Amino acid sequence: MIRDEEVRHIAHLARLELSEPDLARAARELGSILDYVKKLEAVDTADVEPEIHAVSISNVYRKDEPRPSLPRDEALAPAPSHDDKYFRVPKVIE
Amino acid sequence: MTTAPLHRLSALAVRDAVARGEVRASDVAEDVLGRIHGLDSKVRAFLRLDEDGARASAKAVDAKVAAKKPLGRLAGVTVAVKDVLCTRGVETTCASKILRGFVPPYDAHVVERLRAEDAILVGKTNLDEFAMGSSTENSAFHVTANPWDLSRVPGGSSGGSAAAIAADFAHLALGTDTGGSIRQPAALCGMTGLKPTYGRVSRYGLIAFASSLDQIGPMTGDVRDAALLLSVIAGRDARDSTSQPAPVPDYLASIEDGVKGFRLGVPREYFPESIQPAVRDRVRDAIDVYERLGAEIVDVSLPHTDYGIAAYYIVATSEASSNLARYDGVQYGIRADGARSLVEMTSRTRTQGFGPEVTRRILLGTYCLSSGYYDAYYLKGLRIRTLLRRDFDSAFAKVDAILCPTSPIPAFKIGEKVSDPLSMYLCDVFSVTANLAGIPGISIPCGFTAERLPVGLQVLGKPLGEETILRVARAYERETDWHLQRPPLD
Amino acid sequence: MEWEAVIGCEVHCELSTKTKVFCPCEVRFGAEPNTLVCPVCLGMPGTLPVLNEQALVYAMRAAHALHCTVATHTKFDRKNYFYPDLPKGYQISQYDLPLSKVGWIDIGPPDRRKRIGITRVHLEEDTGKLLHEGADGESFLDMNRCGTPLIEIVSDPDLRTPDETFDYLKELRTTLLALGISDCNMEEGSLRCEPNVSIRPKGQAAFGTKTEIKNLNSFKNVRDALVYELERQRKLIESGGKVVQETLLWDAARGVTATMRSKESAHDYRYFPEPDLPPLNLSQQFIHDVLWSLPELPAVKRERYQRELGLPYYDSDVLVQEPEVARYFEETMNAGAPAKEASNWVMGEVLREAKDRKVEVGALPVTPARLAALIALVLGGTISVQAGREVFREMAATGGDPATIVEKKGLVQISDESALQSAVERAIAAHPQAAADVRAGKEKAMGAIVGAVMKETKGRANPKLASDLVRRTLGVS
Repeated sequence: MIRDEEVRHIAHLARLELSEPDLARAARELGSILDYVKKLEAVDTADVEPEIHAVSISNVYRKDEPRPSLPRDEALAPAPSHDDKYFRVPKVIE
Repeated sequence: MTTAPLHRLSALAVRDAVARGEVRASDVAEDVLGRIHGLDSKVRAFLRLDEDGARASAKAVDAKVAAKKPLGRLAGVTVAVKDVLCTRGVETTCASKILRGFVPPYDAHVVERLRAEDAILVGKTNLDEFAMGSSTENSAFHVTANPWDLSRVPGGSSGGSAAAIAADFAHLALGTDTGGSIRQPAALCGMTGLKPTYGRVSRYGLIAFASSLDQIGPMTGDVRDAALLLSVIAGRDARDSTSQPAPVPDYLASIEDGVKGFRLGVPREYFPESIQPAVRDRVRDAIDVYERLGAEIVDVSLPHTDYGIAAYYIVATSEASSNLARYDGVQYGIRADGARSLVEMTSRTRTQGFGPEVTRRILLGTYCLSSGYYDAYYLKGLRIRTLLRRDFDSAFAKVDAILCPTSPIPAFKIGEKVSDPLSMYLCDVFSVTANLAGIPGISIPCGFTAERLPVGLQVLGKPLGEETILRVARAYERETDWHLQRPPLD
Repeated sequence: MEWEAVIGCEVHCELSTKTKVFCPCEVRFGAEPNTLVCPVCLGMPGTLPVLNEQALVYAMRAAHALHCTVATHTKFDRKNYFYPDLPKGYQISQYDLPLSKVGWIDIGPPDRRKRIGITRVHLEEDTGKLLHEGADGESFLDMNRCGTPLIEIVSDPDLRTPDETFDYLKELRTTLLALGISDCNMEEGSLRCEPNVSIRPKGQAAFGTKTEIKNLNSFKNVRDALVYELERQRKLIESGGKVVQETLLWDAARGVTATMRSKESAHDYRYFPEPDLPPLNLSQQFIHDVLWSLPELPAVKRERYQRELGLPYYDSDVLVQEPEVARYFEETMNAGAPAKEASNWVMGEVLREAKDRKVEVGALPVTPARLAALIALVLGGTISVQAGREVFREMAATGGDPATIVEKKGLVQISDESALQSAVERAIAAHPQAAADVRAGKEKAMGAIVGAVMKETKGRANPKLASDLVRRTLGVS
């Protein structure tokens, strides 16, 4: 189970706006998934290391050699709001 | 010279015919585009076509042939690309509203390789939004139908690519597989789909769902074409730190060598009560074929299989919640109108831009990573992952490959499972384990149910064991003609 | 009640690699906005990070210099939060397995030397820059800085006063500069300091509630902000209030700290291992290779200048502040100048000239070899110290050779007794009272007479010879 309050907090962390009905539904759905996931508690993993990567690669580096950057117009083109120099966003109030 | 229509030929056959000058690449392209125009209104495999690009590539191939210049390994072969792979100058959306209008200024690594081998890219295929789903119903744009039964789903998330191959809309397709998204739709559409070892194919330009699980792989009409396409896309790429440096073998070299003397494992946990009897029977039949071909069938156990789904949904959604944070309406994609503050702009953009399944998974993943739950969910999921990998290690100490069903059920009706996310998740029970363990797997057609719905046989291999599973799959394919059968579309 | 401050510092330092930490875009301050960006640092969908090995080496240098233990197993993590200058929605940083931990740095002059603990040094990426000048309700975003390699240096809460914090930052900066891994320019933001501060009754072991201060772009700001904030906390507590744990912004113009409103108070960064970057297993060999490659650290150099060259602490401290200055000093010495003379000239004329011209000392037209030649002329008595300063100014202006300038300007010191004798006699005649005083044993009165000799000879008289002649002429010895 997961409380509506928790879902509201999680939604805010994820920057999602949920209406009250959506919130209740999300709590229900997440609750049932989390209940299902509870089955993992039955497995004793006290001595098991968590594996982040499926394959064991390590120490992958790049040389410190510059490559050309994107032309500015190509960098800015996909943005919903920009001028010829900058990306634009609604003002941040400090 | 063959008499079959050009869209029916295998990629290898097309390439050879083009190279010999028997067929013009432009004719191949026109034939395939014509077929798409004629039939894709029924299937809706594509989100968008790049007809101009396809014709230009075909022309370039024909010019090379005329000038006797060296040809690439995919010369004149049409390829459909899942719309999670970035294509320079061609809109790439992940079937999400949030990326509507996004035209990447770069190609995915695999797309670069396709172009370098003179392939003809015909278009971008439909998928579950951000590759999250098992039916392609989660596309923000439209539903794709299974060519074998238009009232049913093609599987997912690479449903568009699977349907495109089943319907002969392209000779080859690229899919991506995070928890079965290549293999499950391949099974449901009666074609071949291979998920390589994690790191075998560069993920550069693959729009991430779950970074530690995602892999790009071939979706093709037969096993030899899968080997061909894998040969082209596999290998180390300096832009993907997780791509493996191991040399890439010629996957076609040993593909006909058979399975005599191979030990093939059959994991008992992959044949539970809940599996549909027709699926179980077809897979059992296939195992008999292997026995007849001289393989030794060995009973093996993968004891943690039942925990795969739970571990998978924790790990995958946790990573996804972070991977999808970049869609904030600032630098690309859509931005919601009328927001008065930055937080509001970001929240509205994301709420309007993401569909219900993506929203659900972002919430689940955010929850699993959040303070107080990290150990109990995320870390626990990773520990289970370790156990699953060990299961496979022990099994592969005894056998060369593992045989099992790809999906517990065949294609289901459109709309049948949309209201119950968990029941949809449970369809991935036989496929997520390979992603968690990082091992390769291939699904090939092994017959039909009574309703003439395709059933898939899955062959799992050791890390970097693609050569072996292709050889095992090919041995079966040579004995059967399931891969030659076509849905009644025309 | 007597209060005690508890201060810790989080310092971010941009590394001066050629390229960004996870993509091959150039790192350069002051470029046209959004011209040093690529799909990777813009966080475009499908792009992946690849670690710049040099950034790792630079970070390891810092860790070694701060006496931290470099981890043989380390990894990157994602720090998740939303802000427009963070294009991926997460910052690639390091969380539970940082590059290095547990070190120290000694700060302050010998009479108040103190060892400050270093909690950790780790590697991460910088964000873009959000500019708030937009008049039309919009902010502008420049992503050039995004992906610049950054090290975060966290100190233990060992600092007790704003002055100590100032000393800490000064020593840290000097050390990082010596390593050649950053230009440590606070105005340009390549060195940023965020102190956290609390107060407690003196003698109490438990910490008070701390606040964190941001927006500090000079060491002076840091000191001023801490002084203000300590006073604010003291007054608040003494009047029965409670300090709230929060992030404050320093308003340098008004000289006050103010609450930051836009960022959330309760962060949940949801750190987890970065799946796109494999872990690092650093060999002892690699770790030691970086250690051996370290230049002499300022603290060591300072000691050496005092012990081997006999310089006072003050000199050694001034000389080691910037590696260029130390190099200039040592080259001057290597060209034959005695240590203390070289030190005096470098600390005086050389630093002043560089400051006036706003250049690095290495960029001055006066090379260390020529400075040494000039010092030799002064010490050898060819010219006076005063004339030497004039020659130096000329050398700095024209880049000329000291001997030529001395020649051309006719500055050769008069060391010939016969040439000075008449000037000495005239000076004595002009200062009868002084002459009488000298005869009466008042050594101080010498100054007026010798000064008059120097004046008449336009400073060219050898001052020692002039004094001797004055004494001899007056019959005192």
